[in-house]
Amino acid sequence: METTIEQKYTFKDFTSDQEVRWCPGCDDYVILRSMQKALPEMGVKREDVVFISGIGCSSRFPYYMNTYGMHTIHGRAPGIASGVKLANPNLSVWVMTGDGDSMAIGGNHFIHVLRRNINLNIVMFNNEIYGLTKGQFSPTSLVGQKTKSSPYGNTQPPFQPGELALGAGARFFARIGGNVPKEMTQLFIDAHNFKGTSLIEVLQNCVIFNDGCFKNITDKAVKEDKQIFLEHGKPMIFGKNRDKGLVLNKLKLEVVTIGENGITQEDLLVHDAKEKDLTLHQMLVRLQYPVATGIIRSFEDVTLEESEDELTRQVKANSKFKKTDDLFFAGETYTVK
Amino acid sequence: MISDKVKLQPEVVEAVVIRFVGDSGDGMQLTGTQFSDTSAMFGNDIATFPNYPSEIRAPQGSLYGVSGFQVHIGSVEVSTPGDNLDLLVAMNPAGLKTNLHALKPGHTIIVDSDSFSKKNLEKAQYETNPLEDGSLENYRVIQVDMTSLTKEALKGVEGLDNKSITRSKNMFALGMVYWMYGRSRDYTIDFFNKKFKSKPHLIEANTRVLNAGYFFAETLELIPNAYTISPAKMRPGTYRIIMGNTATAWGFLAAAEKSGLELFLGSYPITPATDILHELVKHKHFGVKAFQAEDEIAGIASAIGASFAGDLAITTTSGPGLALKGEALGLAMIMELPLVVVNVQRGGPSTGLPTKTEQSDLLQAMYGRNGESPVIVIAASTPADCFQYAYEAAKLTLEHMTPVILLTDGYIANGSAPWKIKSLNDLPEIKNRISKNASEDFHPYERDEATLARNWAIPGTAGLEHRIGGLEKDSITGNVSQAPENHEKMTKIRAEKINRVQIFIPNIETEFAETGDLLVIGWGGTYGSLHSAVKQINEDGYKNIGFAHFNYINPLPKNTEELLTKFKKIIVCELNNGQFAKILRINFEGFKIHQFNKIQGLPFGNNELIAEFKKLVD
Repeated sequence: METTIEQKYTFKDFTSDQEVRWCPGCDDYVILRSMQKALPEMGVKREDVVFISGIGCSSRFPYYMNTYGMHTIHGRAPGIASGVKLANPNLSVWVMTGDGDSMAIGGNHFIHVLRRNINLNIVMFNNEIYGLTKGQFSPTSLVGQKTKSSPYGNTQPPFQPGELALGAGARFFARIGGNVPKEMTQLFIDAHNFKGTSLIEVLQNCVIFNDGCFKNITDKAVKEDKQIFLEHGKPMIFGKNRDKGLVLNKLKLEVVTIGENGITQEDLLVHDAKEKDLTLHQMLVRLQYPVATGIIRSFEDVTLEESEDELTRQVKANSKFKKTDDLFFAGETYTVK
Repeated sequence: MISDKVKLQPEVVEAVVIRFVGDSGDGMQLTGTQFSDTSAMFGNDIATFPNYPSEIRAPQGSLYGVSGFQVHIGSVEVSTPGDNLDLLVAMNPAGLKTNLHALKPGHTIIVDSDSFSKKNLEKAQYETNPLEDGSLENYRVIQVDMTSLTKEALKGVEGLDNKSITRSKNMFALGMVYWMYGRSRDYTIDFFNKKFKSKPHLIEANTRVLNAGYFFAETLELIPNAYTISPAKMRPGTYRIIMGNTATAWGFLAAAEKSGLELFLGSYPITPATDILHELVKHKHFGVKAFQAEDEIAGIASAIGASFAGDLAITTTSGPGLALKGEALGLAMIMELPLVVVNVQRGGPSTGLPTKTEQSDLLQAMYGRNGESPVIVIAASTPADCFQYAYEAAKLTLEHMTPVILLTDGYIANGSAPWKIKSLNDLPEIKNRISKNASEDFHPYERDEATLARNWAIPGTAGLEHRIGGLEKDSITGNVSQAPENHEKMTKIRAEKINRVQIFIPNIETEFAETGDLLVIGWGGTYGSLHSAVKQINEDGYKNIGFAHFNYINPLPKNTEELLTKFKKIIVCELNNGQFAKILRINFEGFKIHQFNKIQGLPFGNNELIAEFKKLVD
């Protein structure tokens, strides 16, 4: 793993000389700055950090980071990042992607990278729209949503990214509003510290093509009432007055009010992000009121590179082949004089 | 029972061709491999060609379920699996029906007469039994009740069910052929001992059946029409029999060790390329990282990632897979990262003929990407030289910092031949362009003056942090640039970088004649067939027919145009509709280029080539 360094970086050390070209007011600026602030806290050397992206607004990200980076092709970042990490497990590898890049054109790579559990981090900028191609519906756009490619309203039901990710075997899934840099910075650090593939869905506002898509969830005035920020080991409590909570009623999550019908804080569910069984995590990612944010699932498991390293170690220890010559001249050979 | 209407005058010849055919579950590939390996140990030169259906177990006895293995053994150099057969071993009527056309008149057929039941004859669409209706009278037919004799031989061996008894009849056939050609049974018996180490009853059973066939032939004093006795004159050295796909895999192993890099393979299974994946996954002891990805695109994507991180990265596929990899290959090309893509060509388009050979991906390899996107294209030409060209592909990609496509095909990938083993010390140096030291003014797109190759700065190196990508980049800093003149400049630099590879590759040489009436041109996996046909026509009294075979296609060797001027006529022979001929026409104006094309999923035959050459020179 990465070695701790003496000299402490600041966010400036991770800022490249490139002019940032996102639209003014875009949440992407928040994500960029949060990442630049998180990296100095991770104890990782700058030369060991690699950002890989696909195509889309989100995917300009690597150009703005003063680290190693690759801006690749649409949807394929998880495959490329997997190769980087398998080639050099010492690196801190980040995939920066969007809802279209990861779940439409790159859907296959997205589910398989989660299934394999390679120790890399994925940040998905979900704005429920295609921004860079100027406003078509995406796999997370809502039914009825009017876009350039659905002028009469979208007829394709959306993916719920968390549900898809957990279904594919994601060990770490977190969700965060695009307007809360402090919490986002901490989530990036948590994702880095998690051993395995981590996925962070950012509810990211697109000021041009889907402005206000999350305002009912993320606006300062409503967020405490509309979101439940989950913390491992803490009761599932939310609301401006901290008087609402979640309980399990039969097979469904139910919102209750503390003080009503004899409900006390002790009756609320306690969040267990580390539970292997994902039943409750699935319910939480699907919940529409309140919307679950924070780390919903964080279940540590063996990573692909650990399994591969172990196999390689065993095979090397037991093999008589140390050099290719040992292999080439072994077995059925014959000599012509 | 032997029909000896044809009087047998056995002759000693330089080479013989034998084909074993049967149901796809009859073990014909094993039988053929054993015979060819034994012959190689004896000192013959060999070339083999398996031909099997794409169904894993096609319905028993059906015409399309016939699996065959052909072997050419010689006391002289043999460069193809051969054309016309001296001996056909047919384990069922369907095998006889689909292969008889290849047998030389008067030559020998060995059949398992037990398999010529009414049901099997119907499946093979025979109206009457060919063993009885006189239709085989121009051949020497040896009818052997092979199934019954195998059962007889296995009486008393414990632990065998009916199925395994019937399945071992291929060893009876092998035993017969061993006796006919004076081959030792030792190699095959050793093979049983190793393969069935923990199942002694199977060692016993297979050995008994092999011996039974051997002694049966001895009792009948079966002699072949033609046989070859002496070992071939091969260059001194240590040899092994190798399949093309294995040789390809080993070429990359050697290149990784020589260059001091770790080997990364990103791949998705596809016929007929999968054996390279099968081979490389075994070699974790050399630190090989072989990653079976979720699809073809992830296969190349992971290889690009590994290349960025400093591994010798390759991806292996066949035609349809190359189509899927096209966009990512363009990315590797514009990022100027080292990457080898192996395309083991098969019959196309689309799914095409997955288990059959063809050379029809050449233009896809050359041009199958968006934008101006040249890459180095080279092709291997024999099972054994797949090693050399895999090694060369790795060397070129690392030294020139641009992707290389290595073309092989189903024919040489599955074929086997003796390989004079290369020790690592005998192989040329491979330099990589990894930058080790941080420098203030590092720019990822600064280039070597001679090759135009950029430096390779890999993550983990302090001070060389940089970003690259699929967008056009400034010619020095590598920063995104959409400036009009810069794009044109970069496009031309990337093209010139490929052109300059010409300086580092060998000239094309001709065989048989340096100048003359006809130049036969081929490329890739047809070397054996073309070489053998041109050799023969020159031996037949035509003196001025030259042969030039291309392994380097993009760029072409620098003396290519000069070569074309040296012959009165030129013919390009390919297993496609004329793709290399097109490339020559694009590059060199003013030459009349004849074509001979075959698109049947099969290699060229000697006779059809010679007939075509004669048309041009007579």
